[in-house]
Amino acid sequence: MTMDVNQLQAKLREHQSAMFQQGFLDDQFSQLQKLQDESTPDFVLEVVTMFFDDSENLLKNMARCLEQVPADFKQIDAYAHQYKGSSASVGAARVKSVCATFRSFCETKNLDGCMRCLQQLQQEYSLLKNSLQYLFRLQNDIKAAGGSFS
Amino acid sequence: METDGVVSIDHVSPEDSQEVHVLAVDDSLVDRKVIERLLKISACKVTAVDSGIRALQFLGLDEQRRTSESDGFVPSLKVDLIITDYCMPEMTGYELLKKIKESSMFREIPVVIMSSENILPRIDRCLEEGAEDFIVKPVKLSDVKRLKGYMATREVKVGSHDRRSGAEGVGIEINNKRKLEEEEEISDVSSSPPSISTLSSSPFASSPSSSPTSSPSVLASPIRRLKMSNTD
Repeated sequence: MTMDVNQLQAKLREHQSAMFQQGFLDDQFSQLQKLQDESTPDFVLEVVTMFFDDSENLLKNMARCLEQVPADFKQIDAYAHQYKGSSASVGAARVKSVCATFRSFCETKNLDGCMRCLQQLQQEYSLLKNSLQYLFRLQNDIKAAGGSFS
Repeated sequence: METDGVVSIDHVSPEDSQEVHVLAVDDSLVDRKVIERLLKISACKVTAVDSGIRALQFLGLDEQRRTSESDGFVPSLKVDLIITDYCMPEMTGYELLKKIKESSMFREIPVVIMSSENILPRIDRCLEEGAEDFIVKPVKLSDVKRLKGYMATREVKVGSHDRRSGAEGVGIEINNKRKLEEEEEISDVSSSPPSISTLSSSPFASSPSSSPTSSPSVLASPIRRLKMSNTD
């Protein structure tokens, strides 16, 4: 399916706008986009890729910790704190928000609450990853078609 | 000079010695990448390391180099600013700050602390220990722009003051100003809060004087951001 550059750019604007409106991304993501230029054309992609790797490690670690009996809430909280930090740095607002809830369940040693948060985190991460990958794909298609995006 | 353990380092040639060199310390890979880019885009040379221990090694202050202060060891790259995360395993940013301020060779270097947590006692403790500023994460371009002001300040003050009293005097002055600003801000904040991003980008625009050292609004901005973050 071929689309012209204008159509692709419109799709990109629409998709990005939706991601902000639905709270997947916040202003920090825009901040990262501002840091990208001709000398660092893949900056956002690189940061996001690091974030994906980080996410997968942290989610795996949190899952492993929650399987232990008794659960080490201090350790799980440390992971949630880390994840909250990196999600804030890339503008992953929904992930960050779930991390905050996760931390309060750790504080009250609520195993059930933690498990639900982990599930939610896995979902949010998955949704975000798909959305961002689509965004980058659109950007690539625009570049390939000779266009540009701000 | 050993570079193992240093995660990323710019090659600085003698002609580049005019450019500001920042040592960034953060255990998060994502945050290191972002802070590095923020600094580079603000025309700084950057050395980014992943721990306080590595930072001390880079400066030549680590345990293994006890002799560094007496044998005249000078890091090949002069450091103009240290920016460090607070929460790090093994050595916190606060502990790193203390070690730097205890060193006669490096105590003059401005140290800025970053933290994702907006905890006033923590901030106060860092400022009292001599931190130049405290930035609530995530770090934005406007935060980094403000930092460049501290480095200019330092150049001005080292020339005209006695080393010891100069550094301490300015540190105490900044702390007092910050406390005053804080008291003023408390009443400000309760009325309709504008967005965080507009506040943090305003300091230079609203500053009545062109000199960053004398402008209270520059010093006020980290406290403003902290207050606004509370509404999240």
